[in-house]
Amino acid sequence: MTPAYVLRRLLLAIPTLFGVAVVVFVLLRVVPGDPIAMMVPGEATPDDIARLREAYGLDKSIPVQFVLYLAQVVQGNFGTSISLKQDVLGLVLGRLPATLELACVAIALSVVCGVLLALSATYWRGTWVENAVDGVNSVALAIPEFLWAMLLILAFAVLVPVFPISGRIDPVRAVSFASQFYLLEALATGKFALARELLSHLALPAIALSLPLIAVIARVLKSSLQEVMVQDYILLARVKGFSDTRILTREALPNALLPTITVTGVHFIFLVGGTVLVELIFSYPGIGNMLFGAASNRDLPLIQGVTLVFALLFVLLNLLIDLTYAVVNPRMRQH
Amino acid sequence: MKKLLRNPRFLFGACVLLALLFVAAFAPWLAPHDPMEQSLLNQLLPPSWAKGGDPAFLLGTDTLGRDLLSRLIHGARPALRVMVLGATLSAFVGILLGMLAGYFGGWLDAAVSRTVDTFMSFPPMLLAIVLAAVMGPGLNTVVIAVVLIGWTRFCRVVRGEVLALREQEFVTSARTIGVSHLRILFHEILPNLLPLVIVLLGLEMGRAIVVEAIMSFIGFSSSDLATWGGIIADARSYINQAWWAMTYPIVAIIIAVLGLNALGDGLRQVTDPVLQR
Repeated sequence: MTPAYVLRRLLLAIPTLFGVAVVVFVLLRVVPGDPIAMMVPGEATPDDIARLREAYGLDKSIPVQFVLYLAQVVQGNFGTSISLKQDVLGLVLGRLPATLELACVAIALSVVCGVLLALSATYWRGTWVENAVDGVNSVALAIPEFLWAMLLILAFAVLVPVFPISGRIDPVRAVSFASQFYLLEALATGKFALARELLSHLALPAIALSLPLIAVIARVLKSSLQEVMVQDYILLARVKGFSDTRILTREALPNALLPTITVTGVHFIFLVGGTVLVELIFSYPGIGNMLFGAASNRDLPLIQGVTLVFALLFVLLNLLIDLTYAVVNPRMRQH
Repeated sequence: MKKLLRNPRFLFGACVLLALLFVAAFAPWLAPHDPMEQSLLNQLLPPSWAKGGDPAFLLGTDTLGRDLLSRLIHGARPALRVMVLGATLSAFVGILLGMLAGYFGGWLDAAVSRTVDTFMSFPPMLLAIVLAAVMGPGLNTVVIAVVLIGWTRFCRVVRGEVLALREQEFVTSARTIGVSHLRILFHEILPNLLPLVIVLLGLEMGRAIVVEAIMSFIGFSSSDLATWGGIIADARSYINQAWWAMTYPIVAIIIAVLGLNALGDGLRQVTDPVLQR
């Protein structure tokens, strides 16, 4: 992996980001309703409205608005939210940590569960365990995450009430955090009771998000483990008298991981995209939920801001995944 | 045809689709009550077989005393409409652009592929929510959201397939004897895409039903229709008094999705010559 490769991948991201900016702008400027008319009180004079339109730059022609908007965005100025009257970038960055924590917990959960499922299906291959893992995988993949979220609410919040179904933290708890990374902060400062509460709020949304990824990881890793397990060097390890567990985890797993990383990389992106819906369902205060509020209020600058931040996140994740391939796959290092 | 009827996946899928069509078509006659009719005397009734249930309200009622069975039956109508319109429009747009991009290549391919990349760099729900903010809630918004999310899936797969088909001998020989591009695309290439398109269409119809449920759940579908997502959203707010209300639409959606996916799969198993060998 050369610096030139990284640079080329970074440059490739620019047209995509530009495209996203265009799509968002076009979508939002064909708005039939007037966002200004919705935010002013009934007794506002046409003069007031005109002044507001000017303040938000809505009085200029569409191409001029686009150039102005692009110039602002490049400088990191995403404008002021119409409904919340605050700086958009600040609002989005304030909510982003919550979304990142949810996504990271979900990814960690998927990797741990997926790898464990694949290992146990390989260890006990040909028995009921393997069939059970295959069954779980098919069911997890066949049902969309929206329905999983609802089933989880029914199962773990109503029938067996173990987890809360909404929010990030109990609202009656008066804790102030120094950062927006609540979970990280609670863990770092050793407040484990608090961390437990945060995790119990995270549990259902994280499980709903991770189920498809667990199934994908388990399926792909299982099939590449089974390919590896018939190789000669595994036979050699057996002849040497290594235990089954050691052969599986120390000899087979490292070689089977590469195809798994390649195939599942794109699913990490799906998971991050899934946070929008899952945050809505579980009233989790991340940027997905903020987008919903912005959409209900027709808050154009805020919608633009959230969308662009999401697109940036996607582009960065794609880049990260590509670079990981380059690092873990020796065959790609020359390119 | 005989083979089709012996394929269990196809049979299951066909039954689900027929049931959905039947329920949606005859909803006003099947439903025992008006799905919007409120009755404050009959709030939150449990299902009729449970203690305190009323046989007149087979599946019970919601907080406004509306009959859940009737709402479920009427909810099949918007679901079916979004499913049919959304999936076919996505297929139409995606297949057309994918075929043109894959066959002609060059700048057209570059433009289409970049556009697909751009659309895929949004989380699908984000696209739907932004669209809803622009168009306002309604059934048409939901259909367009399905198309905005779905066309890329057809486009990508079809483009890749056409890219491979274009180099096949039957296409190159058709070119040599002077068959026009348009005729090659629609008479030579399109029929070869059909098995693939059928599976994608089955998947897309399932997805469309889920998108409809999600959009009506978050209140971006028509508010004066009974929708499955709407029932779920209502039921979520009184989940601690009546958890069962939520299960009916969830079960309906799961069966619909599994059935539609099986339908596409089964059709492919029977029609795809490669799979029959």
